[in-house]
Amino acid sequence: MTSTGLQDKRWLDPDATPFIEFRNVSKTYQGVPAVKDVNLSIYQNELFCLLGGSGSGKTTLLRMLAGFETPTSGSVWIDGVDVTDWPPYERPVNMMFQSYALFPHMTVYDNIAYGLKRDGMPKPEIRERVEELLGLVRLSGFANRKPEQLSGGQRQRVALARALAKRPKVLLLDEPLGALDKNLREDTQLELIKIQESLGMTFIVVTHDQEEAMTLATRIGVMDEGYLVQTDEPHTIYEYPSSKYVADFIGDINLFECVVTETESGDLSLYSAEIEAGLCPPTSFAAPLNQTLWYAIRPEKMRLSREPVDADNVLSGIVHEIAYLGDFSVYWVDLDSGFRIRVSRPNISRLDHFAESWDERVYITWGQDAGVVLTQ
Amino acid sequence: MRLGRYVMPVSAALGFGFLYIPILILVIYSFNASKLVTVWGGFSTQWYVELFRDPQILDAAKLSFKIATASATLALVLGVAAAMTLVRFRWFKGRTLLTGMVAAPLVMPEVITGLSLLLLFVALDNLLGWPAGRGVTTIILAHATFGMAFVAVIVQARLRDMDRTLEEAAMDLGARPLTVFFTITIPSIAPALVAAWLLAFTLSLDDLVIASFVSGPGSSTLPMVVFSKVRLGISPDINALATLMIMIVALGGAIGFWQIRRSMRGRSSR
Repeated sequence: MTSTGLQDKRWLDPDATPFIEFRNVSKTYQGVPAVKDVNLSIYQNELFCLLGGSGSGKTTLLRMLAGFETPTSGSVWIDGVDVTDWPPYERPVNMMFQSYALFPHMTVYDNIAYGLKRDGMPKPEIRERVEELLGLVRLSGFANRKPEQLSGGQRQRVALARALAKRPKVLLLDEPLGALDKNLREDTQLELIKIQESLGMTFIVVTHDQEEAMTLATRIGVMDEGYLVQTDEPHTIYEYPSSKYVADFIGDINLFECVVTETESGDLSLYSAEIEAGLCPPTSFAAPLNQTLWYAIRPEKMRLSREPVDADNVLSGIVHEIAYLGDFSVYWVDLDSGFRIRVSRPNISRLDHFAESWDERVYITWGQDAGVVLTQ
Repeated sequence: MRLGRYVMPVSAALGFGFLYIPILILVIYSFNASKLVTVWGGFSTQWYVELFRDPQILDAAKLSFKIATASATLALVLGVAAAMTLVRFRWFKGRTLLTGMVAAPLVMPEVITGLSLLLLFVALDNLLGWPAGRGVTTIILAHATFGMAFVAVIVQARLRDMDRTLEEAAMDLGARPLTVFFTITIPSIAPALVAAWLLAFTLSLDDLVIASFVSGPGSSTLPMVVFSKVRLGISPDINALATLMIMIVALGGAIGFWQIRRSMRGRSSR
């Protein structure tokens, strides 16, 4: 689910000026690299997600944009200005912290008004702005509470209101929904998108939750060990991952190590020793003969049947285990080579004859373009 | 086996008795009607009345409170500055050494502290003409020196535990470092500041040794007056005075302890 229409996809326009730019940014902590040579352009009105596991450098990258860390090398640009050496209190960005960082000795009102007071805004205007923000996050009437008197979800909304108060050009959100339970998190995700669209701000969200990134983002930047490994729209990241790491990190996937071979008719083909089978490469596949690469296929793109079926790719094996997950079931199938692959199957009908197929022989089939070939 | 259940209460009673029975006897004898300190002659509050008629003791008490207030405040400012430097600045060479050195006066014999301060004040007087002679100023400075060590240790502990993202959030919202310090840092560590000030205050109020070294003519603090009186023989009004001082110190200690408890609770609820 992407939140913006086609007309907003500025990153596709080569002439568009980026709003935020990381140029060759690296950060080293006492000899240990945290961010390695990141180049990233983010455009106005984007809801950009930085996705990665813990220690991938995503939070460090965000903190360099907020001004809490200085890059070891490279530069950070906001709206065409090099802000690399600017202190946090001069940058046109505001941040919502993972821990919310609400000031415990101040009321909700004073928390939200804090940044406005620093700007020397007149009191009546501050009051008006705070009331408006409290309405936006549906907390009107909570102005005089202390943070300790609020629930987790309410604190999260106060933190959001406080970060929005100064109408920053860019809002940074560090794991904004991490502390919320699942249902609240889904509601809040949609609410965040709504707020972002209505205020026309640029949001940059750091998260380790791939589902959250897929829901929120216009584009996702996947980070691994300090490198930005892929930056694309959610759909592209999922369907056309650029590396084994991304393919494995986003969603589930079956990976087969293959070598490039040739058929008798001269067409390119793939052979995987792991599954002791040949595979039909996607259309417009090109690679030198004998190159080693990986064939990746997602569990939901394969079909299961009891009878042999004619298809571009056919594998056969014994069902080892079935995990019933409600909306769909995951089948672990042991191929004759001993390789285990996972296939998922939506539970369309309540009584599924397939659910009783342990230790049965099944055939796994998929079309030519269901899988992707990865070289790294 | 039966005896087992008595071990804990009995040992507790012994321990607390050892600590508090002497003080209790002192308090009881402060209400003694007899002029003889060791003979009970019935209940009376005459020694309290007499105490408040004694101008020497009243003046010394006033002086002691003045010195304690001034030195505790000075110690607080210096101690917070030291603690901020040691906790907030990024690692610098010798930081561990400095952290240890700030706490060193806590274990330094008072005689040595007093003597070294006396030598310093005399040298300063000779070189700069300030502080001129020994008196109230030198006692305040001396008490602030060791009070600062206590303040620095207490405040350092609180600052280490403080959530730094609060300061980052304030900075992110446009507050300059000084504003952050006064609007976020100080309120966050306020309970520790109150506790540290009270501790420095009571330490100054109690001190006899250091004050004796650095005081001059006409600047006798309450402990000094008490000590000189006791040397001439214990009179019952000293018991009354001691009882009042115990009350004040206990009250200060209780408030300080309560503030520290409050700051701990604030931390755990975060």
